Amino acid sequence: MSIDMAQFHQVFFEESFEGLEIMESGLLNLDMGDVDEEAINTIFRAAHSIKGGSGTFGFSAVSDFTHVMETLLDEMRDGRRKVTQVAVDVLLGSVDCLNGMLTAIQNEDEVDDNKVNSYKKELEIELNGEQAEQPSAEISVAETAEPVINGQGWKIAFSPHLDMLKTGNDPVRMFRELSELGDLTVTVDFQGIPSFYDLNPEECHLSWALEIVGTCTLEEITEIFDWVEDDCDFAIQSLLDVADEIDTNESEQKTEVETAVKQDPATLSPSSTPATTPAKAKSEKESTKSKGSSSIRVDTGKIDTLINMVGELVITQSMLSLVGEHFELNRLDQLKNGLSQLERHTRELQESVMKIRMLPISFVFSRFPRLVHDLSTKLDKKIELVLVGENTEVDKTVVELLSDPLVHLVRNSLDHGVEMPADRVAAGKPETGTITLEAYHRGGNIVIEVKDDGKGLNKETLRTKAIEKGLISEDTVLTDKQTYELIFMAGFSTAAELSDISGRGVGMDVVRRNIQSLGGNIEIISELGKGTTIAINLPLTLAILDGQSIAVGDERFIIPLGAIVESINITEDLINRVAGKGETFRLRDEYLPIIRMHSIFNVQTAQAKKLTEGLVVVVDGQGMRCGLFVDDLLGQQQVVIKSLEANYRKVEGVSGATILGDGSVALILDIPGLVRLSNQ
Amino acid sequence: MTEDVENIETEQADENSIPKNRVQFLSFTLGDEEYGVDILCVQEIRSWEPVSRIPNVPSYEKGVVNLRGAIVPIVDLRDRFGLGHLAYTPLTVVVVLQTKTESDQSRVMGVVVDSVSDVIDVDKKTIQDAPNFGTKVSTEFINGLASVKERMVMLLDVNKLLRLESLGIEDEN
Repeated sequence: MSIDMAQFHQVFFEESFEGLEIMESGLLNLDMGDVDEEAINTIFRAAHSIKGGSGTFGFSAVSDFTHVMETLLDEMRDGRRKVTQVAVDVLLGSVDCLNGMLTAIQNEDEVDDNKVNSYKKELEIELNGEQAEQPSAEISVAETAEPVINGQGWKIAFSPHLDMLKTGNDPVRMFRELSELGDLTVTVDFQGIPSFYDLNPEECHLSWALEIVGTCTLEEITEIFDWVEDDCDFAIQSLLDVADEIDTNESEQKTEVETAVKQDPATLSPSSTPATTPAKAKSEKESTKSKGSSSIRVDTGKIDTLINMVGELVITQSMLSLVGEHFELNRLDQLKNGLSQLERHTRELQESVMKIRMLPISFVFSRFPRLVHDLSTKLDKKIELVLVGENTEVDKTVVELLSDPLVHLVRNSLDHGVEMPADRVAAGKPETGTITLEAYHRGGNIVIEVKDDGKGLNKETLRTKAIEKGLISEDTVLTDKQTYELIFMAGFSTAAELSDISGRGVGMDVVRRNIQSLGGNIEIISELGKGTTIAINLPLTLAILDGQSIAVGDERFIIPLGAIVESINITEDLINRVAGKGETFRLRDEYLPIIRMHSIFNVQTAQAKKLTEGLVVVVDGQGMRCGLFVDDLLGQQQVVIKSLEANYRKVEGVSGATILGDGSVALILDIPGLVRLSNQ
Repeated sequence: MTEDVENIETEQADENSIPKNRVQFLSFTLGDEEYGVDILCVQEIRSWEPVSRIPNVPSYEKGVVNLRGAIVPIVDLRDRFGLGHLAYTPLTVVVVLQTKTESDQSRVMGVVVDSVSDVIDVDKKTIQDAPNFGTKVSTEFINGLASVKERMVMLLDVNKLLRLESLGIEDEN
């Protein structure tokens, strides 16, 4: 009966992190004055499932910790406790702490016990402070305990949720089942029963403390509780473990209803973790490690579409093979129809497969409310964060690589963009600043904007600073756009002084480089006194590229469309030869080097040998422009990028390969690499 | 009698343990020479089809082809072993080999050979070490020699053949 629990760990971690996010956003959205019960419920539920999961998998530190949080939340939920800013802050801190613990466990690092204990203490202070006010509720009576026979047995704390009875589960039946496993002692706690007036007979207000003495296993007990797991709080402890805690002074048996025993949940459930599981989890650690690497949660809707599509494809295929079997010329129309259907289905299939990799941008956005909350408190600024278009979908790789640059941009907006409340009022703006994070699709790209209504970029200051730092000379004439782009230059900081919020080493130049490495670009629009918008333009996916195919002799290459500036026929008078070596040509007022594709790639079959015979494609590779001399332009198409390195190796001047419509392979050119190659 | 029984038993045991001391090779020819590769490394055998050339690589690296969506390099073994060029015909054979790299990823490569001849069964014990011909002939890819029906078959080390690619980078750099 040993199930490999490790295989579920990954799922548990994913769910837990999701739960943490829910808790965090829930806590941030709590309005002190008017607490939304549902919001607290949501937070509570998230905490609860983390506790449940961690208990199941034997991460006792996590379940203990979460339990304390849960107790606090529970009291808030029942209205026994007021929601205070202090409590929320403590809870937020605990969320971080939990996050740290889970990450540590996932990476199999040591959990920082000191940190955990200090947070736990904070939580307990918060909790006990409240409890002290209503000590009457705490009648802690020592456990009723059957004299332990051979130390075999279990203690179960079982408190069903109000709505458990509605799910058709009857505690009495469960107890009957339990009693078959061994000697059962049932102690009921009816403290929770409301006054007769408020009593809803369909709700379960009772909770029980059960003790079972016998040789049954933990699994046997949990099996009985399986059905109600989500509808109750229950904790199991081996009598062996509690034996030393219990005074065996009271021994009562087989009474259905006992004296009221109010069990302080805090003392019981932390020990809920069965002592057997941690060792098991440890032994299976290694296998989890490799599995933790990369996985993706896919909306079932997407999978259903995919399955549908494959079904269609199979139908089309069988239809086509039917046509092919007894082919006559009069069935040509049928064949054509079938082929066009096949084409449509294949395209749809491709699109839906691509969609599997797509994640909503909210995966990145969701961390910002917290960031803004924390930073604005720290900076004494009043800032409202507006998120727009969170459901815009973008490739997983892009999502992952996008989060750091975005954090940097938002920090910048907070720190440098939005002014102090007093300054804002003086400038005639509302006291609370707004930062908007917006994502939307434009063409084949996704655009992400970080917009603030702060003071905007001051062109003069930028200019002076750039001159001061020697980045530009005094007589350089810059357009507005070029001026703003100064902030992307390395070594440029607009902050009068560095704070620990921005200026932490990740400069704007790094941001721009990151975005460019994803195949995107970044743009600034700013108005002095009104605010700044930074727009990031990214391709939707890294697996597909818009390409221009070109011909050199009988070989085909693909140039990324984004790199192409223009394509021209050049005339002799535009060409200059530099000392017999290089060739340049004049494009309006610029002299650009020419890279002859046929000579750099050694294509024997090239038709155009003289520059005037072929075409020059002006390309832009990392800020360096040059002209690629090719035979002909063939056509634009979307190509699926395939790795050359998987089976082969890296080739200079080539970034990858793709498969053309006729099944042959074409190489995708890497413009910066070509430039390097031509310089050798 | 008892001896007979024992003999039968040992024979049976031998049969069961065939993988232990017998290996199978796919043999193919390059000119007059016969080579063999471990049959477990052979993914498939295809006929020659035009490749997409890769610029600025040694001439024996013919280029890449699309093998069911994967980009697979094609190496001409004649060229590689300096045996002179033979024009490709539709009968020219490409043996697709597969191996695991150290990082446990599989690598696939196609090698162009004149023709595939046979699957040979070789007793491990009878495999001789590759002779040392001095520096003139490269024997670095040859694992050993086996003789099958009076013919000599040179057994190639597929891992080394495929690893050659990664060494190529270092050479170029």
